[in-house]
Amino acid sequence: MLKRRLIATLIVREGIVVQSINFCRYLPVGKPAIAMEFLNSWGIDEIILVDITASKDRSRKRFEFIEHFSRRCFVPLTVGGGINSVEDIRALLNFGADKIAVNSHCLTSPGFIAEAAHVFGSQCIVVSIDVAGSSPSDYRVYNAAQGDITDMDPVAWAKTVETQGAGEIYLTSVAKDGSKSGFDLALIDLVARSVKIPVIASGGAGNPAHILDVFTKTNASAVSAANFFHFSEHSVITTKSFLRINKIDVRLNTYADYEQACLGDDFRLRKQPDSYLQNLLFEKIEKEVI
Amino acid sequence: MPRGKIVIIDYGVGNVHSVSCALSFLGYKNIVTRKHELIRGADALILPGVGAFEQAMVNLNIFGLLDILNEEVCAKRKPIMGICLGMQVLGNSSQESPGHQGLGWIDFDVVGIPRSLQLKIPHVGWNTVQVDDHRSLFAGLEEEPHFYFDHSYYADCADDCVAARCDYGFRMPAVVVKGNITGVQFHPEKSQRNGLKLFRNYFNYLGV
Repeated sequence: MLKRRLIATLIVREGIVVQSINFCRYLPVGKPAIAMEFLNSWGIDEIILVDITASKDRSRKRFEFIEHFSRRCFVPLTVGGGINSVEDIRALLNFGADKIAVNSHCLTSPGFIAEAAHVFGSQCIVVSIDVAGSSPSDYRVYNAAQGDITDMDPVAWAKTVETQGAGEIYLTSVAKDGSKSGFDLALIDLVARSVKIPVIASGGAGNPAHILDVFTKTNASAVSAANFFHFSEHSVITTKSFLRINKIDVRLNTYADYEQACLGDDFRLRKQPDSYLQNLLFEKIEKEVI
Repeated sequence: MPRGKIVIIDYGVGNVHSVSCALSFLGYKNIVTRKHELIRGADALILPGVGAFEQAMVNLNIFGLLDILNEEVCAKRKPIMGICLGMQVLGNSSQESPGHQGLGWIDFDVVGIPRSLQLKIPHVGWNTVQVDDHRSLFAGLEEEPHFYFDHSYYADCADDCVAARCDYGFRMPAVVVKGNITGVQFHPEKSQRNGLKLFRNYFNYLGV
């Protein structure tokens, strides 16, 4: 059966990965290619790269770093940020993107999604929806490029982009972004129930239990986290192992799977007993050659 | 060391860079091109594809690739692997673009994943594959290996050409093989080590 997906989002600003807090404060993390390489080796299911400087820079040169970045990316790569035309999409696909995330441009040019889906197929077009507000009565679509809150209802907008040919919806709660306080489950549930296309939930991951909440309490197909993955070792594997123990069907395909290891209250790996570590000294692990 | 020449056919609707990177990582010489003489000189062909069926067939036509591919693949029996949309165009036609003919090399029609199943469409993400035939393609992989899928239509193909299937509310073909022609619905170039191993098995089998 189809597995539920764990996606890492890399927010890139002026060529470096940053930690984003409420769409306004940014802390540097490191080089995109290095972040991509460790996420790839930890068995991430997909990577979404959002270039938040791109919407201010109009030249197509801004996409060139994707070519270098994608060279060792053997999981699906979605690229977003400042995409305004079919030519932009073609350029990005040639640089190694597999899917494209569009956001602000389709708020102002309603025909754009249909045009892009016609050329590249729906499966290539991910529509990002950023939502301001924290309760069902005040949810409104947020236009990140202009930095203002529109008067659009996110559920109605999600249905519109679905009919126009979007293949997936990448749903972010602005209020929860970078908060580490858990996802906005009401919002995710509301949107995921109203459309037939897959919904990727984003904004608020602080620990694996938050991700488990999304999978058990909503119909979201995937969960995305950004900051959460950068700051603890093997974060992707420990999260997947935690989800598996809690009966969520995810792909765990790395050599170390931590299915036997126990996680502490802080969701980090506990030290194994000394006897276990002693035995490891005598275990030979062959490096896998493909 | 592998030394065969692999040509990735660039017809404007493929994620050619991703496929090329995966092959280069494995050490295979590969060229992304639509030039006829290079296609003629290749030992193996890859037909990638991300996009819509209509656009794919229109582009194959515009770039004058239909005749040369028919000649190389059907007459000279050069090995070719179609990936995702590149697999779907191996068939006769597609519900996605009525009125547009496929390459017609394998006898199947491409149809939409039934909406009556109440499942999310497109079928996107990692799914397990059950192998029926051509096990050498899956050598060294687990019993039901994971691959990355992303599609709304599938090849409704007779059993004798189906090498592997996946389950999404119903069992649909994931790999089709007919002689020198192979089609994979998933994206091996984006399926991490499983995909890389599949490429390695495929080219080992071909001996390029």
